[in-house]
Amino acid sequence: MTTEAAESVEAAGVAPAADPGFLQRYGASIEYILIPGAALVGALAVFGGFIALYGKNPLDLYFYMYYGAFGTAFSWQNTLTRAAPLILTALCTALPAQLGMVIIGGEGALLIGALSATSAALALQGAAPIVVQIAMVIAGMIGGGLWIALSGGLRQYRGVNETISSLLLVYIALAVLNHLVEGPMRDPASLNKPSTREIGAANMIGSIPGTDVHWGLVFGLVAAVAAYILIYHTTFGFAARVAGGNIRAAKIVGLSVGKLIMTVCFLAGSCAGLAGMIEVAAVQGRTNANLAAGYGFTGILVAFLARQNPLAIIPVAILLGGISASGGLLQRRLGLPDASVLVLQGIIFVFVLASDALYGRIGFLKGKS
Amino acid sequence: MADASLGLWTVPLAVFGGAIRVSTPFLFVSLGECITERSGRINLGLEGTLVMGAMSAYGISYLSGSPWLGVLAAGITGALFGALHAGICSLPRVNDIAVGIALMLLGTGLAFFLGKPLIEPTAARLPAIDFGWWSDVPQLRAALRINVLFLIGVAIAPLLYWAFKTTRWGLLIRTAGESADAARAMGHSVLLIRLRATMVGGFLAGIGGSFLSLFYPGSWNEGLSSGQGITAVALVIFARWDPMLCLWASLAFGGAAALGPALQSVGITSGYHLFNAAPYILTLAIMIITCSPKRTLTGAPAELSITR
Repeated sequence: MTTEAAESVEAAGVAPAADPGFLQRYGASIEYILIPGAALVGALAVFGGFIALYGKNPLDLYFYMYYGAFGTAFSWQNTLTRAAPLILTALCTALPAQLGMVIIGGEGALLIGALSATSAALALQGAAPIVVQIAMVIAGMIGGGLWIALSGGLRQYRGVNETISSLLLVYIALAVLNHLVEGPMRDPASLNKPSTREIGAANMIGSIPGTDVHWGLVFGLVAAVAAYILIYHTTFGFAARVAGGNIRAAKIVGLSVGKLIMTVCFLAGSCAGLAGMIEVAAVQGRTNANLAAGYGFTGILVAFLARQNPLAIIPVAILLGGISASGGLLQRRLGLPDASVLVLQGIIFVFVLASDALYGRIGFLKGKS
Repeated sequence: MADASLGLWTVPLAVFGGAIRVSTPFLFVSLGECITERSGRINLGLEGTLVMGAMSAYGISYLSGSPWLGVLAAGITGALFGALHAGICSLPRVNDIAVGIALMLLGTGLAFFLGKPLIEPTAARLPAIDFGWWSDVPQLRAALRINVLFLIGVAIAPLLYWAFKTTRWGLLIRTAGESADAARAMGHSVLLIRLRATMVGGFLAGIGGSFLSLFYPGSWNEGLSSGQGITAVALVIFARWDPMLCLWASLAFGGAAALGPALQSVGITSGYHLFNAAPYILTLAIMIITCSPKRTLTGAPAELSITR
């Protein structure tokens, strides 16, 4: 991440130079769209080749992917419903990335957020729905926030690598969820699929009027815009980016790096926790193992593809939400295994990372005069 | 039944047997990762390599009827994944941790995709050597049915320790890991050394995966590996990049991971899932105890991004 920061500094230095041609001024910005776009196209081409080896027509694949993701009003709704948690789990990776940290434990924070939100709703049975919903949001965000703050704290105060600790915490969160759902919190009526009791239909957050897309999408959009403003338009965000670029410089100018890390990690985790709350309050209605659907892991890919920019996360989350929404159609029409979406995501991830090598190397974008 | 006479001794016995059985994948992945990290690169993708290894071993064993061909296939698959990791990491400005995460997702996805038709059929398993023939106690005999792969892994650890210490290529790997400039000044290609180290690491991790599908638990399904790969990567860190410590740590981990099933076998089922999380909690606890924010870890290769 440090190289990235160095690059943007470099780009900022280039822009106000004499005779600012169009490419000179916008070349760097165009790169940020062109290179990930090219990586995406390359990944789709490789995936098409893979599918051709599997004996299916790649053109059919592309058609059904488009159709299943963005072809009809129904598929758009499906896509947007999936994009909502992806935006939030991507923020769980993108916010700590500003500090140069690689957090990949969004899935764990999502599960803990879901558990906390469900517990809050079950404790407040009988209260007015709006009270229950607000309590769920707060509980989910605090639960998820503390979970990732734990990783941040371990990194800052014990020197434990945050990538590994956050991933270990995913497995621990899953064990805690399974334990509670099959033990103390189990609804005796849930026989085949151990679950908690339902939070109640009145407490569900429902859909945006006129659509089948739940309010979670709005939560996600608000969080992404708020994160963007926080990072790029507040002193706090500036301090975070300084610390991410050069931790020694940050300490020399007197920034409290520990406080920055803890706050950013808490905010990141609370985003993923909110995603868990949404999955409970808008989709599942209760907590069970269905919640571990991999949104946390896809969120990592979204964050990297969006180059850790909170605003760019929104379109990328919609794109990847679309890819996962088309998974069902690929299974039914082409007979592909359900894991094909995972394969495509993996290929995209590899291409996006490899494309990092291209920045600043595309001749015609340098705008040489 | 001997069950009654053994009483609570069943638990430590099952943990002991489990330590040997469950530790093998940990052992192979951690030794592989040890080689990779000593060369100055971290490969977090070994979780994906492990699952790919398990799938390809099961598939080849099913198709060919020979489990040892399966083990070889798993190793080759792992080496290819290692080559992919090293290849992408040799590009300028590419972060090895991020590439590892990507390969973790790609490996699991690819294994689930290609392994879909393998969930039903039964493949030939690896044989076990019966070290418990002298005993009448069935639990002890079960605990002492030891797989050859475990013995190979146990043999590799001191071999690797010796190789790092005394051989030419051991020195080259350590040089690349401690100071890329020094290796370059000696006229060696750091990228090539790391490519080889990552491929050998992937080879071992793939073999670790073959143990999962061909011996214990001994079948292929999508829930086969749940974090053993990443736990083993963490294990290398507190084993201080020492192959012998990797061996002891793997055994400790195998024991911790066997605790849940062992307690379940004597009827303690209430905290089953929590006991299953024991290896992860143990990893985290040991990392908390052994890491420090003030100094870099002793024994850490200086070029390793994870310790900087």
